[in-house]
Amino acid sequence: MNAPSSGAVFRGIVRRDLRLAARRRSEPLFTLGFFVVVASLFPLGLGPEPELLRRIAPGVLWVAALLASMLALGRMFAADYEDGTLEQIVLAPSPLVLSVGAKIVAHWLVSGLPLVLVSPLLALQYGLPADVIAHLALSLLVGTPVLSLIGAIAAALTIGVRGAGVLVALLTLPLYVPALVFGAGAVDAKLAGLSAAPNLALLGACLALALLFAPLATATAIRISLE
Amino acid sequence: MLDANDLECLRGTRRLFAGLSFALAPGECLHVHGANGSGKTSLLRILCGLSRPERGTVRWNAEPIDAAGDEYRAALAFCGHANALKEDLTPAENLLAAAALYGTPATEDSARAALDAFGVLHLEALPVRALSQGQKRRVALARLAVCARRLWILDEPLAALDARAAQTLAARLDSHLAQGGLAVLTSHQPIELRAPMRSLALS
Amino acid sequence: MTNGVIHWFRYASPQSFYPLAGRMIPWFATLAALLTAAGLWIGFFVAPTDAQQGESYRIIFVHVPASWMSMFLYVVMAGWAGLGLAFNTRLSAMMAHAIAPTGAMFAFLSLWTGALWGRPTWGTYWVWDARLTSELVLLFLYLGYMALHAAIDDPRRGDRAAAVLALVGVINVPIIYFSVQWWNTLHQGASVSLTRAPSMAATMLTGMLVMALAFWMYSIAAALARVRAIMLEREAHMQWTHELPEAAK
Repeated sequence: MNAPSSGAVFRGIVRRDLRLAARRRSEPLFTLGFFVVVASLFPLGLGPEPELLRRIAPGVLWVAALLASMLALGRMFAADYEDGTLEQIVLAPSPLVLSVGAKIVAHWLVSGLPLVLVSPLLALQYGLPADVIAHLALSLLVGTPVLSLIGAIAAALTIGVRGAGVLVALLTLPLYVPALVFGAGAVDAKLAGLSAAPNLALLGACLALALLFAPLATATAIRISLE
Repeated sequence: MLDANDLECLRGTRRLFAGLSFALAPGECLHVHGANGSGKTSLLRILCGLSRPERGTVRWNAEPIDAAGDEYRAALAFCGHANALKEDLTPAENLLAAAALYGTPATEDSARAALDAFGVLHLEALPVRALSQGQKRRVALARLAVCARRLWILDEPLAALDARAAQTLAARLDSHLAQGGLAVLTSHQPIELRAPMRSLALS
Repeated sequence: MTNGVIHWFRYASPQSFYPLAGRMIPWFATLAALLTAAGLWIGFFVAPTDAQQGESYRIIFVHVPASWMSMFLYVVMAGWAGLGLAFNTRLSAMMAHAIAPTGAMFAFLSLWTGALWGRPTWGTYWVWDARLTSELVLLFLYLGYMALHAAIDDPRRGDRAAAVLALVGVINVPIIYFSVQWWNTLHQGASVSLTRAPSMAATMLTGMLVMALAFWMYSIAAALARVRAIMLEREAHMQWTHELPEAAK
């Protein structure tokens, strides 16, 4: 009998979650749909004047991506908790931190990456020039993992709690502020003709910090929720 | 070798049990029984390491399970009340995912063999959602056949099983114990095993 | 073991801490009242009128200490929460839970006095100044902590989950503060900064420090009173709560 391997556990979790997402395609599509709808509402509310739209685009698109990301958090652990799979994950012979990392990776691939890929289309709606669009996509590429990582903590803390959806929003939005400031700031800078590098570097630092601490906090929260 | 020493469990402000101790040797099966709400599931979860007892320690091969960590979990297979099956996946896919979670990926063939052992091979192409309660329970138990684990902790394994499935489980338990495995289970229904069963009553 | 160590551990149980807390409250409350009186006197009568802002700047004597307290209390709360997580002690978790409402109150007070300061000085009730915005986020962090604790039925799980949240928050507060300052400097045009306060005369600084001390004494008294109430509620099933003189009423 082979010795159990943590790598096998990690890959197994990612593969399983991706397969589940493929079976229930409606859920990831809802997240994407929400992103598109929210981004399309702002011009309707503010008027189609190109100059205005171009100015608000970085902030609006980032907030829309943030809200969509936050809505998707409900899916991260709730289903596994209800059918008992979460306990099996905790009982796997692999550090829970790694297993949590696998869940977050799978969640980002399903809920975060599509936002990054669709953002250029929405940016066209706002009349952003090509190089700014590229920076928008890049900022979301670095930023959406941060949102998934921080959101995972809140999702894990509220497993099985009544009213978890709204509570997750209250818990995560304050913690999302740095990512929002640096992400939207990067695109704003590019739009103004300045370099986006400082903001992107700070966003990257947020990602590094989140990678370091969020899985640990999430694993602790899961253990607390299951006791 | 599994032993528990002076375990105490609180649920809210109620003390479910206190001063609970036992030692389980290879080849032995412990049957935990008691009235509803007496703490059987809580005890099993403490033995798995999912909950922490108010007082007392659980040790595997003389090492506390907290310290043993991954090593203990590598020797453990747990089937709780919930089936731990994904409704959208087929039984075979579920078993492959379960094997991966055990850290020892299984082949398609071994998964199908495990399903066959529990008499649900003919359902392998259906999503678990379409199965009956008893069939789901059998798929859940089939994970015991897909990976070899020394300690089985089973919470109400016979629930929803018909007589034939119950016999299959009993036979599996017997061969597991004969090979030096250990088992702890709770059950309202009686189980017929060839191996001797130790009994633990929770008041 | 020195006497000091034995002393603390004895009071780590709710049963012993309850009467001790009861005896300490009047002292801290009195100190708080005296210091508040002193601080307000300095603030309203001793400190000179500011050349630019006139009399309205005096609200700084409440606004700044309240900000300091709200941030300080968050760190203290996270400290108690961390202790409770690490050592699994009931009392530490109760202390963290007792501090939260006071911290939230100071955050709200800071925002409110900031708005009152802004109106006569800059003409608007709200400015997106770095400090005010960070204070707003801090208020949300407090509210999140209290909401999480309230939403979870099992008090032990609630304690531990909220503790994790407090620790995550405490790491994030400096990051959030920095990001809001960064954001403020990016958007130069909008900024009117309440942090560009009038240059500190010595008396102004003294006044603020006295008020900060007053708020601190008040916080301790409030937290002790609240933790006693929490203890009564949580330990209602234990014998010692039935034997209290209050219970006989």
